[in-house]
Amino acid sequence: MSHVVSPIREKLVTGGKSYSDVTHDICKQVEGEPTKEWKIAFGISCLVFIYGAYCLFYTWWQGIGVWGLNKTVGWAWDITNFVWWVGIGHAGTLISAVLLLFRQKWRTSINRSAEAMTIFAVLCAASFILAHMGRPWLAHWALPLPNAFGSLWVNFNSPLVWDVFAISTYLSVSLLFWYMGLVPDLATIRDRATTAGRKFWYGFFSLGWTGSSKTWARYEYMSLILAGISTPLVLSVHTIVSMDFATSVIPGWHTTIFPPYFVAGAIFSGFAMVQTLLLITRVVFKLEDYITIEHIEMMNIVITVTGSVVGIAYLTEFFIAWYSGVEYESYAFINRATGPYWWAYWMMMTCNVISPQLFWSKAIRTNLMVSFFLSIVVNVGMWFERFVIIVTSLHRDYLPSSWAMFSPTMYDIGDYIFSFGLFFTLFFLFAKYLPVVNMAEVKSVMKGVSSNFPAKKAKAAKKTEE
Amino acid sequence: MSSTTNYILGVYDDEDEVLHAVGEVKAKGIKIEDVFTPFPIHGLDVAVGHERTRLPIAAFMFGTLGMICALSLISYTMVFDWPMIIGGKDFFALPNWIPVTFEGTVLFTAFGLVTTFCISNDLWPGNPTLPLDIRTTDDKFVMAINVDKNKVSAADIKKALKDSGAIEVNVK
Repeated sequence: MSHVVSPIREKLVTGGKSYSDVTHDICKQVEGEPTKEWKIAFGISCLVFIYGAYCLFYTWWQGIGVWGLNKTVGWAWDITNFVWWVGIGHAGTLISAVLLLFRQKWRTSINRSAEAMTIFAVLCAASFILAHMGRPWLAHWALPLPNAFGSLWVNFNSPLVWDVFAISTYLSVSLLFWYMGLVPDLATIRDRATTAGRKFWYGFFSLGWTGSSKTWARYEYMSLILAGISTPLVLSVHTIVSMDFATSVIPGWHTTIFPPYFVAGAIFSGFAMVQTLLLITRVVFKLEDYITIEHIEMMNIVITVTGSVVGIAYLTEFFIAWYSGVEYESYAFINRATGPYWWAYWMMMTCNVISPQLFWSKAIRTNLMVSFFLSIVVNVGMWFERFVIIVTSLHRDYLPSSWAMFSPTMYDIGDYIFSFGLFFTLFFLFAKYLPVVNMAEVKSVMKGVSSNFPAKKAKAAKKTEE
Repeated sequence: MSSTTNYILGVYDDEDEVLHAVGEVKAKGIKIEDVFTPFPIHGLDVAVGHERTRLPIAAFMFGTLGMICALSLISYTMVFDWPMIIGGKDFFALPNWIPVTFEGTVLFTAFGLVTTFCISNDLWPGNPTLPLDIRTTDDKFVMAINVDKNKVSAADIKKALKDSGAIEVNVK
């Protein structure tokens, strides 16, 4: 019909699925009783969440003095975790928006879970922003609200205020994009519902969707425009996060390379996190026909490309530190690689620069176990990248008398654990109660790419062409 | 869709067949109310005869509104209401305001666009409307023809649907 697909293309959906099979396979876990594996996984994430919530509560109650911060290192795990989670939160919108604009059809079976992951990751990031304010109940002071102290407003020249706007816009627009993508699939579940509760709730949120051609035509336009505005949005978010550092005068932070470097790093870590989750989801929910080796390979290729961009950025930073002739800048970088935090630096270099290069081998990038392992390695590396940027740039001040080291307390660690608990609890809830694959989009790319395509339909396709 | 309306529904099981059938049925002078499908089919809206959507215009206008609102808020607070010297810069420091203005533009565009989309398609939380044939959200493609709006007799409409490849013809 309208899509001409080359016969040498790998199939996006394997196993000779019909449209009805897609509906059945994806709705199965929404409609069925939770499986034992799901209950165990959900139970563990709830326990992690509860422990983390205790630590976070204690942090809020006592104040951020419970963290291991000192006079010299005023930002450490809090901001490291914030930047790490925001970075991870870039993949969902990137997959659904940028790949939509580039007409990459392989996005269709992974965009839903990637977008959900994005939203949860941004919520995790927000938890650190709130915590590091010290008085989280005054968080609304970061908004331009008329206040009790006269008409004193927020400073719109400050990157920290830009960040408030960027993160909140990103969260709400991503949520909107994700929800609008869910509507047709919620209608599918509504129309299959056998229980009154399911009929009511999925019906309530499916907005009276009927799938008329007029609605679909407008829907396609809406998705395209949302993708068009989300693409610069996603780039702006990490650009602005990087400006929190780049507009300061700290050697190691004050560099113009930061925006592209942070964005590449964000895509890199986000894709790695999507990869980790996909590899688990496809096995747990038996979605091997939808999330195929081809999808995993594509993801690995993006990881290699962005990993290489990040690698070049590391080298460029180092070169510029020397080339600039600024001794403080040079020292900051020599200290990173050879100072007391050398291990963090080399951890970052190994995980982020060397490990993704293994994906040049087709055998490695199509190997599920290796892909899974490396996707975690990449995110370990990206955590260390933020730690290196933040802590090693701060810990050796201009005055050697104020040089210090940072060691985390149980509350630094506990608040980080909280974010994992929150993330996985939300992700498991999503995976149980919402369709993890965008059924409507997958159905729309199946024709001509699904194997064992019925002969009758192939004939009809021919008839239309004439 | 009120229950008093008299619809004839042609059910198809393939997107190419339904797209082809739309042309065939229209050629017989039958006016098609709408076609309901489980996923978007490119060219179907044009074939049915829907006008091109004006959503992009709405989106642009919401974006412009967002930009104006953001710039107005920032310039009011930073220049008029409580001007402060920050880093020796002008009160009217436009380059510094680009990020927040951009975010405002995106925010207004997205929410304005989605709200417009929902209103124009009568989509709202709790809307009890169901498809004429609930299989259209699974794997069937349904062409709905409003008998009252057509001069062609019901029998001829049914025949036309059958001839165009419908696997079922139902009355609702």
